Amino acid sequence: MTHWPLLSLVTFLPLVGAAFVLAARGEEAVVARNARWIALWTALIDFALSLALWVDFDPHTADFQFVERADWISFGGFKIQYHMGIDGISLFFILLSTLLTLICVVASWESVTSRVKEYMVAFLIQETLMVGMFCALDFILFYMFFEGVLIPMFLIIGVWGGPRRIYAAFKFFLYTLLGSVLMLLAILAVYFQTGTTDITVALHHAFPFALQKWLWLAFFASFAVKVPMWPVHTWLPDAHVEAPTAGSVILAGILLKMGGYGFVRFSLPMFPLASHYFTPLIFSLSAIAVIYTSLVALAQTDMKKLVAYSSIAHMGFVTMGIFAATSEAVAGSIIQMLSHGIVSAALFLVVGVVYDRLHTRDIARYGGLADRMPAYAFVFMAFTLAAVGLPGTSGFVGEFLILLGTFRVSTLECTLAATAMFLGAAYMLYLYRRIIYGAISHPDLRAMLDLSLREKLVFAPLVLVVLWMGVYPESFLRPIRASVDHLVRQVAAANAAAGIREASR
Amino acid sequence: MPAIPLPDLTPAWPEMLLAAAAMALLVFGVLRGEGSTRLVSWLSVLALLLALFAELSLGPAPRVGYYGMFVTDAFALFMKSLVLVGSAAAIIMALRYNEDHGVARFEFPVLILLSATGMMVMVSADNLITLYVGLELQSLALYVVAAFERDSERSTEAGLKYFVLGALASGMLLYGASLIYGFTGTTDFAAIAKSLGGAAAPGAGLVIGMVFVVVGLAFKVSAVPFHMWTPDVYEGAPTPVTAFFSVAPKMAAIALFIRFMIAPFGPLLAEWRQIIIFLSIASMVLGAVAAIAQENMKRLMAYSSIGHVGYALIGLAAGTENGIRGVLVYMAIYLFMNVGTFSVILCMRRDGHMVEGISDLAGLSRTRPALALALAIFMFALAGIPPTAGFFAKVYVFLAAIDAKLAWLAVIGVITSVVGAYYYLRIVKTMYFDEPVAPFDRPIGPELKAVLVVTAVVTLFFFLLPGPLVGGAEAAAASLFLR
Repeated sequence: MTHWPLLSLVTFLPLVGAAFVLAARGEEAVVARNARWIALWTALIDFALSLALWVDFDPHTADFQFVERADWISFGGFKIQYHMGIDGISLFFILLSTLLTLICVVASWESVTSRVKEYMVAFLIQETLMVGMFCALDFILFYMFFEGVLIPMFLIIGVWGGPRRIYAAFKFFLYTLLGSVLMLLAILAVYFQTGTTDITVALHHAFPFALQKWLWLAFFASFAVKVPMWPVHTWLPDAHVEAPTAGSVILAGILLKMGGYGFVRFSLPMFPLASHYFTPLIFSLSAIAVIYTSLVALAQTDMKKLVAYSSIAHMGFVTMGIFAATSEAVAGSIIQMLSHGIVSAALFLVVGVVYDRLHTRDIARYGGLADRMPAYAFVFMAFTLAAVGLPGTSGFVGEFLILLGTFRVSTLECTLAATAMFLGAAYMLYLYRRIIYGAISHPDLRAMLDLSLREKLVFAPLVLVVLWMGVYPESFLRPIRASVDHLVRQVAAANAAAGIREASR
Repeated sequence: MPAIPLPDLTPAWPEMLLAAAAMALLVFGVLRGEGSTRLVSWLSVLALLLALFAELSLGPAPRVGYYGMFVTDAFALFMKSLVLVGSAAAIIMALRYNEDHGVARFEFPVLILLSATGMMVMVSADNLITLYVGLELQSLALYVVAAFERDSERSTEAGLKYFVLGALASGMLLYGASLIYGFTGTTDFAAIAKSLGGAAAPGAGLVIGMVFVVVGLAFKVSAVPFHMWTPDVYEGAPTPVTAFFSVAPKMAAIALFIRFMIAPFGPLLAEWRQIIIFLSIASMVLGAVAAIAQENMKRLMAYSSIGHVGYALIGLAAGTENGIRGVLVYMAIYLFMNVGTFSVILCMRRDGHMVEGISDLAGLSRTRPALALALAIFMFALAGIPPTAGFFAKVYVFLAAIDAKLAWLAVIGVITSVVGAYYYLRIVKTMYFDEPVAPFDRPIGPELKAVLVVTAVVTLFFFLLPGPLVGGAEAAAASLFLR
């Protein structure tokens, strides 16, 4: 254990980088180049620092680690602390955030040409907010990061997005804002119940059942929009389609995970009785999400939209696993979120590669790319199979654990979800076939260049992580396990005390 | 006939100082002529600062003067500081504008001083008579400054409209005050509270009187449905005057509102709470919905200010110490956000003419990145998005609402704030997403730039050091419930 404020360092280093980028002056081309390099180094160092978190992490305890605590705002009993710390649940989300930001900087190296300085600043600030959100152990602090993320994302979609970017940016912002402000009220109510905004205290507070239901719903409003769950998912396809490639990467990779993280971190341990009470609701919504959005994905003609709908389906698995509330399912959900964070981010990058070359995402405009772009076809295949959940890739581990855990709770739900896995394979492989295989359908496709060295550098770490998680998931499961077991035991105990569930879980 | 002892005048000496300064500067201005405007303006700012120091030197301990008609306590201290800061900012912001528009007259800062004096009396009022005297002194000066750009039709119209409707509101208030006097036999706040202390239900006449006063006050804070004058006056008045209107008088009126509800009518909380809740909801909803269609920045800010009063009133509706603290924090933060926004509006000049349309801001992030960033900060703050100060303002009032079992009011509040976020975002969108139009004139005057930087820094970095403001608000709220 170090005595460095490592978490604060990882969280706020990107802000320092952003300040440096902002300070860049001179000719536009020079500024752009400097901005790219500063952003790259900042993201790289930040990623390295976050790796140190993993190395130093003690997997044997469910307690929060790397804790930092300082008084921040205090008056008349309403004390807000600067309280940071991580456990097995949050650890990998931080790594995912720093990794994907790094990838985004590299991936936007050439594709973003206008207002590069502002672009990099937006991404770095966003990194701070994302990492901070996963570290925060005080509700107000958490909420500031949670909602603050909207600002850079709003600008990223609105400034660097596609033709309908303004509509998409507003829809994204207002939808998620509505959800989060209801959570804010619930947070204030939690404060009056527990007398503190300290998350670690609230996690072990026994709320009365009637109140739990209301608070659960308020938190649900926020997280369900973020995840997004059917039927509040409609902002996602719009946002994804209009966002620039890197924006989609962060959106799919991290922002959606904020909802899932919220469910695991808050809804489940703080409101175990309400979670149990609402499990049928979650199960129904999740089942609808996986089946319905998979069918919708099958019908898409826009590549990004297809990936966007597949995200909703995959996140349906996650919500199902979380509220099954067994160790396997919850751990599986976290692995699935990580896996999906990598895979969907990679798929958006895959789409971005051909979009950069041909400036269309229309699936019908492509075909037979395997001929000209063999490396591309390989990378695309790797992520397609991971999305489908082929054994040996990260997708399999998560989905398998979720199904295993859910089976013990609801056989029907498990069966429905497993059916949807088949649909998932259908739309992904169908997409792959239309783009990569067949004859070259349009003459301009002949001129397409294969992946450049920079693009290969972007994809290589992602392919590696996907295979690593698939072949030896233990590296990732080990730090998660203690925290998840603790969480599941706590939920089971609360429900057993209320005479709802058998204590064996 | 016994000799009447000389009243204790010490609590009012900041006001006396300010009034004396106003007179002296008026004489000075008359003798030196139009050329002295800049000097008179800076001397007025100095006078406001001196009054601020005088007020601070009185300390937060409650002091009563003028036979109990005038009181200073931590609450008065807090609100007067806001009034003084807001007035000083308005004078500074008006310097360049008035010169450019050929209305650089020394009367302007003097009128602001007089109106600030009136506001301070309002804040300290502990008696219906003091209340009315302060209110009228403030209002009369305001009517004149609204019409200050007297060659402009819009400005004159704004002044006249404000005068007619303001006089109506004053009349209502006075009628209510007379009813209260009639039914309690006293104009003293403490005595009124004592007469209500008994178990017996209050008489209908007294409640009607209170409602009339509330109507008058609601007009002054521009709460719906007494807000009709606000958009027209805000749009018509010269921009620095609008900036002034949207902060200082609002602070004073809210302060008076709070003191009037808590000090004499605290025991009637159950009666007046529904009125305040109605005003609050109506203001929040109208402020959020009506602003959507606006194309003029000043008009938009008028509706925005109506909405913000609605949020502040949530705290008053709670009627608790927490609630009042929420209102005070809200108003203090609102002061900074609003002054900042108006200083950006004052920078909106093209070819020597002021422009006010939202579409004139198109592409500002490319032509003037720093200005766009500042306005974006203010817009996100007004929308209540963390980590800006506006977020904390809302947190404190919602906290109070939930504490007072008014969670449903807080729910309405957050929903309207999401609706309201739309039009604030629209401005950010115009600046950042739209193609640039012709750039604004350079340079921005140094005074305006200073105001802009200070307000932007306070708004953005409030979360780093919220202690002084929140602590002050807390002491102020506590002092109100002590008596």
